[in-house]
Amino acid sequence: MPDAARAVPSYFPEVMAWFEGLPQCRTLGLKHVASEAGKVTLELPFQDALIGNPETRVVHGGAVTTLIDTASGTSLFTLLPGPEAIATLDLRIDYLRPAKPDAPIYCTAECYRLTEHIAFTRATAFQNDIAKPVAYAVATFARGTSHGKEA
Amino acid sequence: MTPAINSIADLSALLARIPYAGLIGAEVRDDNGSPLFVLPFRESNIGNSLLPALHGGVIGGFLENAAVLHLMWAHEASVLPRVVDFSLDYLRAGRPQDLYARCEIVRQGRRVANVLMTAWQESETKPVATARAHFLLA
Repeated sequence: MPDAARAVPSYFPEVMAWFEGLPQCRTLGLKHVASEAGKVTLELPFQDALIGNPETRVVHGGAVTTLIDTASGTSLFTLLPGPEAIATLDLRIDYLRPAKPDAPIYCTAECYRLTEHIAFTRATAFQNDIAKPVAYAVATFARGTSHGKEA
Repeated sequence: MTPAINSIADLSALLARIPYAGLIGAEVRDDNGSPLFVLPFRESNIGNSLLPALHGGVIGGFLENAAVLHLMWAHEASVLPRVVDFSLDYLRAGRPQDLYARCEIVRQGRRVANVLMTAWQESETKPVATARAHFLLA
């Protein structure tokens, strides 16, 4: 496959930088690692503030949830024709093994189906080896939600 | 070892020992003898600066944390339960204001518990998110 087919849209770096700059993403230190058409990998650096269990020092599922939600959401922008508002409709995560403390967690998310109104994603969170995932997740997103979901 | 939980104050002390709960600012209050979980608004929890709205991951993390503490309060676990799976439905954008949550233990077996969580802002009848999860009770 020619490289052009895997290229992300020209606006993608700007959108990715906007996501990285969001207050909660900055708080967690989420960083873009790699991207190609349909796929984004983000890194969640370890910090003590992410710990969910003070005895085992295992990272809280909430931090992993934010990593997965952000990676899954940004994967849409590797395919969309231009920036648009999106909203997570649902997110389902299987926690396969505890994340080891003192090491980063990565998430590779893939938008595997994009329709006029809905996007479908799958994501794998891992540490050293993507074949030994920390978590696996699927999500759906609504497109074009310029004002969020109103009551 | 995790000390026994005999009151909402004990639960609040346990919550204070969880670093991630401190990162997002989660609290627990006594609501007629049951735990009511509160996430006071703070700027660092924003995940969409245009709306603005709370980050969906923060809403998920707040609910997961609430479920873990609810299980401890209900004495279904003696150590912090481990999340097995987590399913979140986002129903409305989380406004830049306080978020509340309540949990319900749907079923607990010897090793696994199923918990339902609801998060809301102005009215409990207009949830921002609902979630269900399974936990392993070590």
